[in-house]
Amino acid sequence: MKRRTLLASGAGAATMAMLGLPARAQEKTKVGFVFVGPIGDGGWTFEHNNGRLAVEAAFGDAVETVYAENVPEGPDAERVMTQMALGGADLIFTTSFGYMEPTLNVAAKFPNVKFEHATGYMRADNVSTYSARFYEGRAVQGHIAGNLTKSNKIGYIGSFPIPEVIRGINSAFIHARKVNPDVEFKIVWAFTWFDPAKEADAAKVLIEQGCDVVLQHTDSTAPQAAAQAAGNVYTFGQASDMGEYAPMPRVSSIIDNWAPYYVERTKAVMDGTWTSVDTWDGIGRGMVGIGEISDAVPADVKASAEALRDSIASGAYHPFTGPLNKQDGSAWLADGEVADDGTLAGLGFYVEGIEGDIPS
Amino acid sequence: MLTLEKRPQPSKAWVYAAPILAVVITMIVGGAVFALLGKPPLEAIRTIFYDPIFGEFASYSRPQLLIKAGPLILIAIGLSFGFRAGIWNIGAEGQYIIGALAAAGTGLAFYPMEARWLIFPLMIIAGLAGGMLWAAIPAFLRIRFKTNEILVSLMLVYVAEAIQASMALNLLRNPDGHGFPGSRNLSQYSSSANLELISNSGIHWGVLAAVTAVVFAYFILARHRFGFDVRLAGQSPRAAGFAGVDAGRLIFICMLISGGLAGAAGMFEIAGPAGRVSIDFNVGYGFTAIIVAFLGRLHPVGILIAGLLMALTYIGGELAQLSLGLPGAAIQLFQGMLLFFLLAVDVMTSYRIRFGKTE
Repeated sequence: MKRRTLLASGAGAATMAMLGLPARAQEKTKVGFVFVGPIGDGGWTFEHNNGRLAVEAAFGDAVETVYAENVPEGPDAERVMTQMALGGADLIFTTSFGYMEPTLNVAAKFPNVKFEHATGYMRADNVSTYSARFYEGRAVQGHIAGNLTKSNKIGYIGSFPIPEVIRGINSAFIHARKVNPDVEFKIVWAFTWFDPAKEADAAKVLIEQGCDVVLQHTDSTAPQAAAQAAGNVYTFGQASDMGEYAPMPRVSSIIDNWAPYYVERTKAVMDGTWTSVDTWDGIGRGMVGIGEISDAVPADVKASAEALRDSIASGAYHPFTGPLNKQDGSAWLADGEVADDGTLAGLGFYVEGIEGDIPS
Repeated sequence: MLTLEKRPQPSKAWVYAAPILAVVITMIVGGAVFALLGKPPLEAIRTIFYDPIFGEFASYSRPQLLIKAGPLILIAIGLSFGFRAGIWNIGAEGQYIIGALAAAGTGLAFYPMEARWLIFPLMIIAGLAGGMLWAAIPAFLRIRFKTNEILVSLMLVYVAEAIQASMALNLLRNPDGHGFPGSRNLSQYSSSANLELISNSGIHWGVLAAVTAVVFAYFILARHRFGFDVRLAGQSPRAAGFAGVDAGRLIFICMLISGGLAGAAGMFEIAGPAGRVSIDFNVGYGFTAIIVAFLGRLHPVGILIAGLLMALTYIGGELAQLSLGLPGAAIQLFQGMLLFFLLAVDVMTSYRIRFGKTE
């Protein structure tokens, strides 16, 4: 196996000297993971941890993985990453948007450790970014939700008003309206990625307001449980399949599948071929999975949803295809025009028809 | 038969022995929990308590200890005045947030002007003032309307969190931030940055402020009339009344001290380690400081030690996660046990155990 390279470079040695540390060498490739939630969240962190386990399964004794859970975004994250790098990590995955600056700060101190930051936009020679086109999955969700709703009210639990979440709301709304012009979205902001109590409250409020489909961009299964208790309410698994709530209330899901990417990047570090890249993959390359559409969905809706999924996967259809107007009625995309990645990456407005304001 | 008998005087020996015993019991029970999880208990305890100070990478983690302990000590010192006088400010977390926001707002208002001599001190004043203002609300309501300051100060934490989210999304949002919430980075703006004073020491202005607060608190409590009033009010409010202590004034001053120091801690954190106002930059220092205050027996020197100990469990806990794969929740459990056992052992300060029949 390749030897650890941190100490090989002058800069790395300088860092070590600055910190007054002894030199160390090891045989295994060490891969670190920084998690924002607990690995048992059943959603976001759970799937990242599955990616970690896939790396272990793929390389066996050739790798060693380490992880830290529940790491707050800020100085604590920077410390955890530094400890990982000092402990000999060759590759570190930082799996939350808020780790962006800490990742870059630590990466600057350890030029020979490779960093992979999820969902951010700042890169460096030893920092890659990666994310998934979740909005592709949201299109399928919106399609199913628009077909299923009888009250024509669809609830949406937003986490933070950042472009990723706003993209998801827009994509789901566009495709719900397409199949059901009377559909309305009720959006509540939880200001958390993972807080079962808050998420359950949000779901209950939405259900009381008459929503019979609840979409969520938060990571716990609490909204699923709330929907189950309420009865005739449909939900979708978020980040993870949440299959324990199938066939009702969970009728399908968006599954983050990080495993192939994590294995590929670990391999690149082992082979010495790792370079800094910006990856944004979707359904086509398997980073976004659509969970089994359950029997609670009528067969024709299921078939059309799967057709939509396949056309997105093949690249034949883009979820943000004009004509589309912004919420204020001004034109965004002309007929047949497709949104470019730059605009999508920083998306900060609702499309026409969505009620309410993005919190500010 | 075992009975508890009230001591005529609180035991001096137990006052000092209780925290040490609590730490030892926590180590034993915590070690047992780690063993049940299939992790080597002695190695885990060593990783948590020894490695951050003397381990292989201690030259990195020792300064981190100060960075983590600084705000805990500063806030806990403030809280200790009120707690001694029987005034329960549980909302230091909110005062910390408002102090940080006030300071960040002040600093960003001048951006990109280069005038550290003016802006940095103004930010400290703003941090103090913001925290005091937030603490003045429960103080005023308690004095004027006899509301319960525990509830009011706690509820105001959630209000502060809502304001913080709104600030990160709107008023203080970085115009160059690609549409993402969060302010500019104050630690990268030379007029506002609260950087290390000595490279790799971990000592920034907030750590100095914490040490200064410890010294001041010590002298005020031991030598000053105000310190006497505080202790008297805590031990016997009636006697304090007879001695001419104005209860309302005491409440107000204690709340302002704790709020101001929490706000200052927020300022030092937002201008330094945390760097930017985000939707959720607070990480619970205001709540953890309550544990630190009690673990330190509400005594300034005790708080200094307790703050360092608490920081040690955080940093050592992370190391244990990385090197031994201990779950994060086990570390939190461990920290919780510390307070739990302290309260349990604390009974011995005021009571003694008698064997055999009571007369």
